[in-house]
Amino acid sequence: MNNGAIIETRDLRKVYRVGQVDVPALRGVDLLVQPGEFLSVVGPSGSGKSTLFHIIGGLTPPTAGEVKVGGQNLAALSDGGRTRLRRRTVGFVFQKFNLLPNLTARDNIAVARHIAGLGAHPDTQFDEVLRLLGIAGRLDHKPNALSGGEQQRVAIARAIVNHPAILLADEPTGNLDSENSKAVLEVLRDLNQRLGQTVLMITHNPEAAAYGHSTVHMRDGRIVDRTG
Amino acid sequence: MTGKLVLENLKNRPLRSLLTILLIAVPVTLILTLVGLTQGMLADAQNRQRGIGADIVIRGSTTQAVTSFSGYTIPAPMVDKVQQQPHVKLAMGVINDRVELILALTGIDVAKFNRMTGGFTYDQGGPLQGADDILVDRLYAEEHHLQVGQTIKLMNHDWRVAGVIEPGKLARLAVPIRTLQDLDAATGMVAQIYVQVDDPANVDRVVDELQHLLKSYKVYTMAEITAMYNVDQIPAIKPFTVVVAAIGVVIGVTVVWLSMYMVVLQRTREIGILKALGASKAFILGIILAEATLLGVGGTILGIVFSYGAQWLIRTLVPASFQMAIAYGWWPRVAAITLAAAILGALYPGLSAARQDPIEALAYE
Repeated sequence: MNNGAIIETRDLRKVYRVGQVDVPALRGVDLLVQPGEFLSVVGPSGSGKSTLFHIIGGLTPPTAGEVKVGGQNLAALSDGGRTRLRRRTVGFVFQKFNLLPNLTARDNIAVARHIAGLGAHPDTQFDEVLRLLGIAGRLDHKPNALSGGEQQRVAIARAIVNHPAILLADEPTGNLDSENSKAVLEVLRDLNQRLGQTVLMITHNPEAAAYGHSTVHMRDGRIVDRTG
Repeated sequence: MTGKLVLENLKNRPLRSLLTILLIAVPVTLILTLVGLTQGMLADAQNRQRGIGADIVIRGSTTQAVTSFSGYTIPAPMVDKVQQQPHVKLAMGVINDRVELILALTGIDVAKFNRMTGGFTYDQGGPLQGADDILVDRLYAEEHHLQVGQTIKLMNHDWRVAGVIEPGKLARLAVPIRTLQDLDAATGMVAQIYVQVDDPANVDRVVDELQHLLKSYKVYTMAEITAMYNVDQIPAIKPFTVVVAAIGVVIGVTVVWLSMYMVVLQRTREIGILKALGASKAFILGIILAEATLLGVGGTILGIVFSYGAQWLIRTLVPASFQMAIAYGWWPRVAAITLAAAILGALYPGLSAARQDPIEALAYE
């Protein structure tokens, strides 16, 4: 495998068992993502995008094949090992924001640090990131007092507060209007350009995909094309 | 941060949290009330025995240790015989009849009673004069709304309230001994003899002499009698308390189980978020257990507050029939029982939360 890549998959397969039927979600995915790359993953529903996202993020193990993230072979990791991977190596941004509704934006960010064992308060450099995200003045509000765009930017802040090797974004603009979508995509691009944050973004939207350096097209559990 | 997460979760569902705390508080109150009643009533009976001013008590051989209700097995002439013993200052025979669960009507020899105890303190009215007169203590008068001059029916007999006395001297209800002996068809018999000696230093000597003299009776020092007013001396109380505590545990476990099960269902998505952030199974379990522990602490505190309410209600409604102490010594025990029940109840929901698949949890609507 290529040692320079931050994400490497080879013949990656995932089969879900639904009742008594095996449903293949990934049928042999080979993918290389270099550090600092902003990669968009597009494809129709059921093409395996989310499954790929879940395996790379350590949320579920692969059925077969190899997958390395930040040098760690995920296929060999136990549930506990994948849990540790999620603390610092990957950061997630979801379509539905997935902020903890009872906590303020500040505490939502602090929880991620707490779980990673880093102490609740981010380093001072993170203030710059918060300004970049445009949420510095909104941190003491709970999610229900924030707009969708603000919530997603808080979610991005939470995802990167532990300086993960990879930021995984699953349809990050799926629940946003075009103005907020643009703002969030620009934030992701800024994080990539200014901080060198590796970003892997799943999207249906070709305009959103265009923010990435390159785009991977998936269909029927396979990568069928890579452009850019 | 974990504490804040737990507190915010509890605050976010105030009704559920309060209802759970309330339901946990119920068995806590039950246990504390039961124990408080036992302690309060034993202490009250102890005080009333001490209030007589006797040093020795002679009982019939069939008398139960604490309740002192018995057949009238001691012939009245025995009182005079005791009176004649060396160092005996005064011997007084009494009889008792149960009129409520543990409330006795006591037949006294007024003259001797006054000499031994210094007499009753009267809130209203005055001493027993007629054969059908009765003295009721202030608590009984309050409970039954009695005034001097009123007639009450006890043991199928009409009694005229001659006076309302301060509690603390043997009887809540005192009547002339002769009348009660006649009503009981026990003329010339007494149930107990209270003995006052000339010098406290002579108590043991007099006890020995009386035991020698009255072989078929039980002779106790007052210290021995008051020591009998102890939970361990009442056969049914301990198992009863254990049963109530066990019911408390079952209620506590069930309430917390249901509550935390609902919490886990309602927060499935949040658990998924925490797992996506890298929260371990122990972290998730810890949050659920911490929340249950807080509910348990809340329930314990509320239960203790409610036990004060129960005491107030008992004092207000049935001050003569029941006395309830605040069972401070049981606070740590009920806290331990409640917390154990809360943790036990939260264990299954907590473990199922910890085992949740993060992808399924995140997809939960």
